[in-house]
Amino acid sequence: MSHAAVAHHTSTGLDSRKIAFWTFIGSECLLFGSLIATYLVYEGRSVSGPTTHEILNIPLTSISTFDLLMSSLAMVLALAAVQRGDKVWGRVWLGMTALLGAIFLGFQAYEFQHFVHEGLGFTTNLFGSSFFTLTGFHGAHVFVGVIWLLTLLVRSLQGKLGPEKALNVEIAGLYWHFVDVVWIVIFTVVYLIQTTPLPTT
Amino acid sequence: MSEHTDVQHAGEAHASTKTYLVIAAILTVITIVEVGVFYMPAMHAILPPTLVILSAAKFTLVVGFYMHLKYDHNLFRAVFVLPLMIAMAVIVGLLFLFRVF
Repeated sequence: MSHAAVAHHTSTGLDSRKIAFWTFIGSECLLFGSLIATYLVYEGRSVSGPTTHEILNIPLTSISTFDLLMSSLAMVLALAAVQRGDKVWGRVWLGMTALLGAIFLGFQAYEFQHFVHEGLGFTTNLFGSSFFTLTGFHGAHVFVGVIWLLTLLVRSLQGKLGPEKALNVEIAGLYWHFVDVVWIVIFTVVYLIQTTPLPTT
Repeated sequence: MSEHTDVQHAGEAHASTKTYLVIAAILTVITIVEVGVFYMPAMHAILPPTLVILSAAKFTLVVGFYMHLKYDHNLFRAVFVLPLMIAMAVIVGLLFLFRVF
């Protein structure tokens, strides 16, 4: 059976699920655009409490950024493996992507815990509120992505994720890569470009 | 509909594994450069534009190659780029409105 036979084509000849998912990703651009704009407006207006250059840990976040970038590589390799019917490597890369996503969440949990310990809570100042909202929303998206990937892994282990189901993996991949590109922007805007004084060393 | 087009829709006419690895290496190098310029005092005057350019390059590489937008139908590109442009306009508009610049 060809892949086209199981796809949900529209009058454009394109799969309706893929069009719908790209539309969803477009709406997510608006969500994260609003959150990033809110963060940028509020970040330098705190009157008390820790500020960006006092509390952000650039080396640690650089490692978690690298981790998420590598998870995107694992994701495309998972898709390629599923498309060519390679069950073993499909499972390996799906599992690797989920694992790297879980490690990223671990970094974020550690960072949040560290910030709270240092006196920066959600209601401490404008920086804290906007920072936790933005990165928290992103973390929630990563969490959903990890669950999605684990679901695909289980389906693969059940023998229900062959090449004819590659579009399911491709759509999950679109979501995962979008989560990655959002972090690329957050890493730059939140961690590297700071309106408060920059380090001199 | 041709078989070739169907295969493309199923997502099989994408980049090779070698291309994916090269993109990953480029993304890693750009990230190292980003963190490097952050710690270089000489770069502080031009830090924001430098980082925005580097970040945009990473964004484009992931969307183009890993999300396959470079190879996919123009409709997908339009459905993604239009909201992205609106989001960027919202960010720039709010930054001017609240005099962040």
